Amino acid sequence: MSTIEIKDVWQIYNGRVVLEKLNLNIEEGSFVSIVGPSGCGKTTLLRMLMSEEIPSKGRITLDGAPLSREPTQERGVVFQRYSVFPHLTVLGNVLLPLELKESRWLGKLLGPRRYDAKAEARQMLEHVGLHGAREQYPAQLSGGMQQRLALAQALMAKPRVLLLDEPFSALDPGTRADIHVLTKRLWEETHMTIVMVTHDISEAFRLGTRVIVLERPTPDNPAKGARITHDIPVRPRAKDKKGAA
Amino acid sequence: MRLINRHPGRLSGRALAAAPFIAMVALYLIASAVRHAANPADKLLPGISQMAAAMNIMAFTQDMATGDYLMLTDTLASLQRLLEGLAISVGISFVIGISVGMIPYLRRLFVPFISAFSMVPPLAILPILFIIAGIGEAAKVTLIVIGTAPFIARDLIMRVEEMPKAQLIKVQTLGASSWQIGLRVVVPQMLPRLIDSLRLSLGPAWIYLISAEAIAAQDGLGYRIFLVRRYFAMDIIIPYVIWITLLAFLFDFGLRRLQRLVFPWFAEAKAQ
Repeated sequence: MSTIEIKDVWQIYNGRVVLEKLNLNIEEGSFVSIVGPSGCGKTTLLRMLMSEEIPSKGRITLDGAPLSREPTQERGVVFQRYSVFPHLTVLGNVLLPLELKESRWLGKLLGPRRYDAKAEARQMLEHVGLHGAREQYPAQLSGGMQQRLALAQALMAKPRVLLLDEPFSALDPGTRADIHVLTKRLWEETHMTIVMVTHDISEAFRLGTRVIVLERPTPDNPAKGARITHDIPVRPRAKDKKGAA
Repeated sequence: MRLINRHPGRLSGRALAAAPFIAMVALYLIASAVRHAANPADKLLPGISQMAAAMNIMAFTQDMATGDYLMLTDTLASLQRLLEGLAISVGISFVIGISVGMIPYLRRLFVPFISAFSMVPPLAILPILFIIAGIGEAAKVTLIVIGTAPFIARDLIMRVEEMPKAQLIKVQTLGASSWQIGLRVVVPQMLPRLIDSLRLSLGPAWIYLISAEAIAAQDGLGYRIFLVRRYFAMDIIIPYVIWITLLAFLFDFGLRRLQRLVFPWFAEAKAQ
């Protein structure tokens, strides 16, 4: 069954066609990597999936229902930067989704409910290897730790779909390899649907179960937008299976 | 080594910082001595002993008419006006700044108006305030509010608009309502910026305070300076100016320390 269906979607800015007649079905539980040269509209596609942008034409559905016109809890997101809140500690950042859910007016939990939420948040931090840094502020963390935190925070809201916008592009190769393992593990544990935009082709194949290539056939022609030129299923490799375990 | 790459050491750095202060005092004392050599009764550039004598009367001697220590009374009166004005100003502008910065409908409604209103020279409407509110405390406090609130509000609106859009999207994907976003994400991040804005407003606030006191008051630091001006009492004016400067500096210093203490994340987040 498809979680996300993209039907005949166009995105046009001031006469410049960015995406042209896009059709894509994303299966429940799949990990879709979207790659393509810069400016091909892959980020535009992701922005439409998170309702930061509304398609000019066509429709996108999630579980059969049209996508809400504003960001919602069903679709979690991790950006390359600014994904966590600088004024909250690591623990505070992971606690926030729980507090927002359970405390409508204060947005803050107190007493025993806070205690329970903290326990849940701590568990998540332990899971992503940030337990030791829980009292620190994001600015005190390395880039890799910040992105771990961003993943943990997004998962606390239990989204149906997780959208990743070049989340690991700013990291050095060693850190990136570690966080790839973590991402893969979290994906396998949660059975979540993940859509990731990246310009790193090897990353796309290492993590994805399916790689979509977006390209403009004629980059200089504003009337011709990007379309899907390749749609490649990826079989899991034994090496990665071991790395994830 | 290039000039732009040379840095003073610890000690020489301090000496450099102190140099302009020492130079200014020395220059003044020399000029004062020169004038006193020509005319021992010179009032224009009083020496340190003259100023000390005047301060002794103003600060440490009870006034014969009222029994008050005048400098203390002046300081308390001025600080009360200043703090009342700034408190009201900060309260109004914080609410406006956050809500207008966050909500597009309010932005459309208020931003052009606030921009126009902030162009009104506050001192030009001081007569209007005196007519409407009388020459009492209300007019002086209102002047400080009108003079500083539009600046702080505009500054905050811009800071809210400057917040990374990714953060606002992220918090929405965590399920937050507009109210929760304001309370948990925007307000806490704007509080340290409010302190910055307030620090920048302290200078103007003192200007408006002293102007209002100069025109109509029975006490206050500004009132005193403009009162004794009639007698060329430089021996009072100069220490008063130094005192006002010191107070302003302490406010600024205190706010900076407060910011670092209460919002430890802010400096680091700004550096990133």
